[in-house]
Amino acid sequence: MSRDVTVLAEPAGEPHEPTPATPSGRRGSPRASRTHPAVWIPALLVAAGMLVPAAFLVLQASELSGARIVDLVTAPETLRLTGRTLLLAASVTTASLLLGVPIAWLTVRSDLPGRRFFAVATALPLVIPTYVGGYALVAALAPGGLVQSWFGFRPPSPYGFWGAFTALTLFTFPYVLLTVQASLRGLDPSLEEASRSLGRGPLQTFVRVTLPQLRPAAAAGGLLVTLYVLSDFGAVSMLRYSTFTRAVYLQYRAAFDRAPAALLGLMLVLLTIVFLVLEARVARDRGGQFGVRGAGRGASRIRLGAWRWPAVALCTGVVVAGLVLPVSVIVYWLVRGLRVGEPMAAVLGPAGRSLLAAALGALAGVVCAVPIAVWAARSRSRVARLVERASFTGYALPGIVVALALVYVGIRTVPSLYQTLAMLVFAYVVLFLPQAVGAIRSSLLQVNPNVEDAARTLGSSRLATLRRVTLPLARRGALAGGALVFLTALKELPATLLLAPTGYDTLATRVWSATTEAFFARAALPALTLVVLGSAPLAVAMIRERRERT
Amino acid sequence: MRTTRRSAALLAAVALLSVACGGADTGAETGADTGADTGTTETGADAEDPAAAEGEEPADDAADEEAAPADDAEGPLTVYSGRSEELVGEVLDGFTEQTGIELDVRYGDTAELAATIINEGEASPADVYFGQDAGALGALEAEGLFATLPDDLVSSVEPAFASDSGAWVGVTGRVRVLAYNTDTLTEDEVPDSVFDLTDPEWEGRVSWAPTNGSFQAFVTAMRVTEGEDATREWLEGMIANDVQVFENNASQVEAVGRGEVDVALVNHYYLFRFTAEDPDFPVANKFLPGDIGGLVNVAGVGVLASSDQPTAAEQFVEYLLSDEVQNFFGSETNEREFPAVQGVEATDLPTIEELGAPEIDLSDLEDLQGTLALLQETGALQ
Repeated sequence: MSRDVTVLAEPAGEPHEPTPATPSGRRGSPRASRTHPAVWIPALLVAAGMLVPAAFLVLQASELSGARIVDLVTAPETLRLTGRTLLLAASVTTASLLLGVPIAWLTVRSDLPGRRFFAVATALPLVIPTYVGGYALVAALAPGGLVQSWFGFRPPSPYGFWGAFTALTLFTFPYVLLTVQASLRGLDPSLEEASRSLGRGPLQTFVRVTLPQLRPAAAAGGLLVTLYVLSDFGAVSMLRYSTFTRAVYLQYRAAFDRAPAALLGLMLVLLTIVFLVLEARVARDRGGQFGVRGAGRGASRIRLGAWRWPAVALCTGVVVAGLVLPVSVIVYWLVRGLRVGEPMAAVLGPAGRSLLAAALGALAGVVCAVPIAVWAARSRSRVARLVERASFTGYALPGIVVALALVYVGIRTVPSLYQTLAMLVFAYVVLFLPQAVGAIRSSLLQVNPNVEDAARTLGSSRLATLRRVTLPLARRGALAGGALVFLTALKELPATLLLAPTGYDTLATRVWSATTEAFFARAALPALTLVVLGSAPLAVAMIRERRERT
Repeated sequence: MRTTRRSAALLAAVALLSVACGGADTGAETGADTGADTGTTETGADAEDPAAAEGEEPADDAADEEAAPADDAEGPLTVYSGRSEELVGEVLDGFTEQTGIELDVRYGDTAELAATIINEGEASPADVYFGQDAGALGALEAEGLFATLPDDLVSSVEPAFASDSGAWVGVTGRVRVLAYNTDTLTEDEVPDSVFDLTDPEWEGRVSWAPTNGSFQAFVTAMRVTEGEDATREWLEGMIANDVQVFENNASQVEAVGRGEVDVALVNHYYLFRFTAEDPDFPVANKFLPGDIGGLVNVAGVGVLASSDQPTAAEQFVEYLLSDEVQNFFGSETNEREFPAVQGVEATDLPTIEELGAPEIDLSDLEDLQGTLALLQETGALQ
């Protein structure tokens, strides 16, 4: 795994690899667009698998009469939820872009003090599960909470829109950070140099030259953030801001009439489609606008001058709020528990099971993502686009919806796999596939398809070209995507509770079972272990990068 | 070397691809295919983690034994427990020690596990469902998924703690109380009825958790005993009085402890976790005899009609109702609850008589959809 994850820090091609690149992607020379069946057949199969939960929702919602559907869809409550959900998704995405793009630039292209440390540390809030992060924010910031009792002043209330907004921004903006960092490392410096030599200042050059090239990456990261917000339950429930997903959970938990819940779920799928269309517009292929990359060399670092310290303050603020604060609350629980002699159950077993399930999920996710990503990156076919977009349905749906759908379908179609590790891994793939597809697709888009054309011209068959040229080029993206799936699968809760083999307790289920019953001290050790395991991929990346540079 | 490793990875990947991607959407897959795939995955699990493999057995067993007659199948009894391992793990281990029957316990959320059983239908691997809310037990009963329990088991518990039809029995009682901050209030200052909490005196000082199952059961009970209008009026009065909203009971008790609110509507036993971690925790419970706010809800158990081990499953229910287990819940454990079996008393808790619990049949609490609608209509649930 350690090899696999290093690319999180540097996924986009090192400077010394003289690969010509078109950052915005130049898909499809006519030759490459004829896709081999070895690509599109598995891609179609995977996409069909990803649609299982949505199909199940249609089946369940079809129990409702037409009039009831109209009632439910037009209910003021539903409209209000839609508004609130859209507001949260839009504002968290905007804030994530405003935070992620500058920090990515600072950590990759500037002379920020502690640049390499911040490159990793600012991405680490991603490893904090939102149900833990939400709890920690409340424990720290609520009236009478830790901040007030330690420092004597009353911080702003963590509840409601602003609390949910802050928590979700802190814990998801790394999706933007990581994709933009990757894209920045793959950029051709000559364009910026040309801009500077033609008399544009550094700021103008950034806005007019650098930023447009980052657009596809920022859009892809932003989409992951938006859809994560749509499906999040942990933060919005702890911080008391109701969204569609919270309403869906409520329906499933409080009422056993599941058809209305299914309808709400379908509306969430519709919202997802809106966002997918939006993202496709923003990230649209601009037809080789930026030309082919020339020299394989790194860009010069931009001196921040007097801006150094405000920049350091920004990065430090993000690390403190998104990482230090939640971790301190967990450590506080741990110390408090140890002091009164709370029993600390061993975490080795759950940690091993977490690792195994998440690693298998990451492996399966990458394997399923490769055909979809290759097809989407190398073909102009509409079907390819559609298949790629279909892979997003599971990601935007609340975990409980996907889990219960797989319960229903799984036990009826493949009873021998029901409640086995295979079923859980499949659930992880349905839930997190887009993270892998996105990473692999963008790594392929940074490579000019001419390379493949050359292989074909030299007599290599389509299949051999795929195997010997395209797939190796996708390796970096596959490793980055695998790491993201690993990280999110590690934190996953509802599907793990319902679909894992009976008795297969993981770190996430341990944390959940202890916190719901208010045994905070007992939750602390597994929560801490979860954070450490999740950070490992990123930490290894940092160490490797150091080593390469010395 | 590199090539070998790569082909090994590729092999594993292909196996996983066929399991993960082909698995769920193609029901027509051949048996041989499926078998081989399972084999691959399980070997992986075996090598690194024995517990994983153990956990996988029951599903396979159930499939193998499907053809067997109604008499009890071999193998572990599968329990779906909506009660967390922290609370009941020790008790469940005792069953295996006593009877030699192995248990496979799936822990989860009470309502989510009930929904899982409903989605699984006849094929459910579960033999027993152990949940901590009468509403969820009632929902499974309404779906006809429970077998009827023997009379002697049902009649041994307090009548208020069991389903009238004998589909499930309560194991322990969980009482709604007002948890209050002992630094700012004495017990006498805390009202004797939830209806007093709409008084201006309590403005902004009280909290509830409208998404919580126990709270919703309490509102359902209020609708049954006091009527729809009185309930609506109370809910609106509480909201007008700036009631503070929390996600669950635990976060409410914590908020009372740090003085964020003075009084919280919660279940009685959450307090004990906090006092165990911090003996000086400044919160106490006030019981509400005779008030609907003091509703007694249950944690209860039922045997699935689809179970292939009904005898062992009943043995499990019998075990939960034994004096030993009842005393454990009532006296030994830190998180004390009210023993459901008649004649067993709890330590340091009022007796069932002293509770003066409102007379209500818990099976009447199944109309959660109506409660949900009312909560949304009044704006209690946003």
